[in-house]
Amino acid sequence: MFASKNGLKGDPRLEAISEAIRVVPHFPKPGIMFQDITTLLLDHKVFKYIVDIFVDRYKNMTISVVAGIEARGFMFGPSIALAIGAKFVPLRKPGKLPGKVIYQAYELEYGEDCLEMHIGAVQEGEKALVIDDVVATGGTLSAAIKLLERMGAEVVECACVVGLPELKGQSRLNGKPLYILVEPREIENCC
Amino acid sequence: MAAQIVDSTDDRISRISSSIRVIPDFPKPGIMFQDITTLLLDPKAFKDTIDLFVERYKDQNINVVAGIEARGFIFGPPIALAIGAKFVPMRKPKKLPGEVISEEYSLEYGTDKMEMHVGAVKAGERALVVDDLIATGGTLSAAIRLLERVGVDVVECACVIELPELKGRDRLGDKPLFVLVS
Repeated sequence: MFASKNGLKGDPRLEAISEAIRVVPHFPKPGIMFQDITTLLLDHKVFKYIVDIFVDRYKNMTISVVAGIEARGFMFGPSIALAIGAKFVPLRKPGKLPGKVIYQAYELEYGEDCLEMHIGAVQEGEKALVIDDVVATGGTLSAAIKLLERMGAEVVECACVVGLPELKGQSRLNGKPLYILVEPREIENCC
Repeated sequence: MAAQIVDSTDDRISRISSSIRVIPDFPKPGIMFQDITTLLLDPKAFKDTIDLFVERYKDQNINVVAGIEARGFIFGPPIALAIGAKFVPMRKPKKLPGEVISEEYSLEYGTDKMEMHVGAVKAGERALVVDDLIATGGTLSAAIRLLERVGVDVVECACVIELPELKGRDRLGDKPLFVLVS
């Protein structure tokens, strides 16, 4: 599940990625230590490490679809898709995609949300990767997997830059493997 | 190693243009929506799109690619990666954690706000602003203002598509606009 236990043990790139994450306490609400990945994108070298690691892993898996979850999945997915020759499919909040879509609801801590995908974006039998910046409960990723499977695609793996502790010990999501680069960054002496 | 044959610019633009899907009456009646998601389903067209921007900007010492939420997040980072620049997301309100600066801009009815992280960019840096499409130029001009407020030099705005009848180009002030498809 974690890159460090999956062939990249001791890889200095992982440490660089971890250290570039900015932790913002109490966002979006008190008690949450938000893993801000925008700082990764401010460091070109680190952004390249992230893309290179994912591309090296996926380039020989005959993946033809990279599905990125709105909006931060859009920041990482396309570069991977371009490098491995796959198409990029945006999975979006309701009402954003024009034309015909299918939708999948998923649970939030309080209430429900919904993810949409274009009909016709993926063909039956295509192999897909799902990408997002951070995985917490896995709710959005699970919805993404369902959308792709409903269209007959095979989800090969879900890939995230940061994986939160709730998923510790769980290396699969809906039966699909989960690949995560780093654990959440912790900051000392906070609040 | 065999030399890579690159299609001519015209051929690439022709493929890019044909890969864009037009959806009538979205998001409301009368609007012919230019849907770039079909471009993203064509790996060659998507690669050509990025290559055309990279060819233009790679020797211009661009330090920052600012992408406008959300479709600017699809095109901006691959360009930034290829030219060695940082990527800065320009977002709707309350999405960015931590300290932000914000800029209001007008919509057809009412106003909206765009935010950027404090400290993402530094005075004197050279920036590109990227979005999938320019319509009225409202969001692009808000992005330019945000960057200029902190002393950044906005070199150019880059979009895949322009809707020239909406005269968005005029709202960009003295900033040049580069588009692939008009």
